[in-house]
Amino acid sequence: MTFLLDVLTATLRNATPLAFGTVGETYSERAGVLNLGIEGTMYAGAFFGFATAYWTGYLELGLLAAVVVGLLAGGLMGLLTVTLGANQHVSGLGLTLFLIGVSEFVNRLAFGAGQRLRKIEPYPVIDPLGLGGLTSQYALTYVAFLLVVPLAWWILMRTRFGLALRAVGENPEAADAAGINVFRTRYAALMIGGALMGLGGAFFTLAALGTFTLDIIAGRGWVCVALVIFGRWGIWRAVAGALLFSFVYSLQLRLRILPGWEGVPFELLLALPYLVVIVALALSGRNVAYPGAYLKPYRRA
Amino acid sequence: MIARRLGGLALPRRLGGMGSVVTAAPLLIPLAIAVTFVVTAAFVLVAGADPIQAYYRFLVEPLTSRFTLLEVLVTATPLLFTGAAVAIAFRAGYFNIGAEGQLLAGAIAAAGIGMVVGGLPAVLALPLMIAGGALAGALWALVPAVLRVRFRIDEVVTTLLLNPVAALVVSALLNGPWRDPQTGFPESPRIAESAVFPALLGRSRLHIGFVLALVVIAVAWFVLTRTPTGLRLRAVGSSPRAAAFAGLDVNGTLLRAALVSGAIAGVAGVSEVGGIQYRLTGGLSPGFGYTGIVVATLGGLTMPGVGLAALLLGDLRVGAGTAGRALGIPSQLGEIVQATLLLVTIGALALLAVRARRGSRDESATADTVSPGGPAGVQDAPLA
Repeated sequence: MTFLLDVLTATLRNATPLAFGTVGETYSERAGVLNLGIEGTMYAGAFFGFATAYWTGYLELGLLAAVVVGLLAGGLMGLLTVTLGANQHVSGLGLTLFLIGVSEFVNRLAFGAGQRLRKIEPYPVIDPLGLGGLTSQYALTYVAFLLVVPLAWWILMRTRFGLALRAVGENPEAADAAGINVFRTRYAALMIGGALMGLGGAFFTLAALGTFTLDIIAGRGWVCVALVIFGRWGIWRAVAGALLFSFVYSLQLRLRILPGWEGVPFELLLALPYLVVIVALALSGRNVAYPGAYLKPYRRA
Repeated sequence: MIARRLGGLALPRRLGGMGSVVTAAPLLIPLAIAVTFVVTAAFVLVAGADPIQAYYRFLVEPLTSRFTLLEVLVTATPLLFTGAAVAIAFRAGYFNIGAEGQLLAGAIAAAGIGMVVGGLPAVLALPLMIAGGALAGALWALVPAVLRVRFRIDEVVTTLLLNPVAALVVSALLNGPWRDPQTGFPESPRIAESAVFPALLGRSRLHIGFVLALVVIAVAWFVLTRTPTGLRLRAVGSSPRAAAFAGLDVNGTLLRAALVSGAIAGVAGVSEVGGIQYRLTGGLSPGFGYTGIVVATLGGLTMPGVGLAALLLGDLRVGAGTAGRALGIPSQLGEIVQATLLLVTIGALALLAVRARRGSRDESATADTVSPGGPAGVQDAPLA
């Protein structure tokens, strides 16, 4: 029982960056832009969030830095894919390579190649209900699941802005005719998405670890891309997918240290979410309902 | 219009409509380099160095000594393979983002074969390894390709997602059955002596993988530009609808392009295992597959372009490693330059494509102005 509770507690914690990331990616994709810059944006959010907190001593400034970096990354993606209409896959991958490069460059320049780990005092685990276990989580975890996810859903599905966002992703010509500024809306979606991705990355450095290490995101951005498709571009479904992935991940972390489980190739378990997405895509076959303007740049005729 | 597309050096319009701008490509590369220089000079200045001097060290100095010059070729070798692999797929309009995973699949096969061929002479062991790696790479590319062709499922995401899966398989092997029993490190045991790629020159790491890469580039160039197969591939890439209308087997062409692309990426993995690492390691590929996308894009999806771009990035990487230390600039500047070069190039291509479209619209306001982009699986529905 304690084992299961442990795993569930860790599930919520490990799902936090994925929740930020999937919501951010959902916003981008619903507006018609596949943002493969997510991996790099999370990486840059993790690094610049950490560096800012380290230099200023304020974790909140670290969060702010992660948001700013995410806004900039989303804006750059917008410049490439919305304004210039460049190929989205190559732009996103290029953005990821660029942001990882910049983060590691500044890291090396500022902190050197030394082996000594720079640490900050990260956000503590809080337990507002005093129940222990499942409810003792980082504040960012609470923010993610109780604030960001529901609010993001509400904005996307119940507000004028959300309608405009979905319209430019489904049918930009019609949206334009209806008086929606396609370019501005896509920029907004990319920048909001980027800010969320940055926060997701900062969760690692400002809450979970208190330090920055190379390869800290380790492909979680790609996991988010997979989860968004798995969730068929719905926020709740994508977040449910994030929880499921996180459960498997947390379970294998716990099992790994138990006696009798040494020889089990847990890596293959970690490969499951990717494979599940591919299988799910294969099963739904021709019925996958991509956003109508997915991958298409918009130009006024 | 079909004839025009088939005859010309048309590139897939999905790459931001590169088709109409090939003639501008020679001018574009120096331009992209110039803009990249300006952007990245800021990082050099932040590091407290002089940009001109830094760029001299990064780009020119590696070419001035025998050792570093050969290292440039060594570094360019995997990029020649992955660049060619990506370019072939992109030319066909198949967006293979999975060269990294296909490379790792090839590396796994090479290490697996290399560890057991101790009894065979090199003339048998090496072809066996190369064929095995090519097959493994093609197999790793098979599922996304079939999904694309049969169900029109966007290959970008499926090929991309198989990259971390390949890395996890490598990690499972190295932490499990293949862990080196002697050292206990997460590395496979060394491959047999007959499976090691012979060195080309004394006192250098340059191995026959480089020659193999040049052969692949040359053959790919010949096939793409001088044979009916290449013409079909380019036709499918530049306009699948027109190609189908002309009676070409679009799906078959896409499938073959995807598998050949995977096979070449797989051989990149063989070359790294046989020529550099002599074993399967976790750090075998610092993103060679992703860099292949940079190489292919910079090379304008042409084989001579891929060759030049691979050498340029090899030069840059060697320069970033050696000269960076002398100037106190972190070697990661190399990655920043590489990524900036990529972003600037595709931005410039997209800009040119807009102008080209405007131009063509003046001539005839036809369907030629339909926006590019979009997975064929979604957009080109009538092609079933």
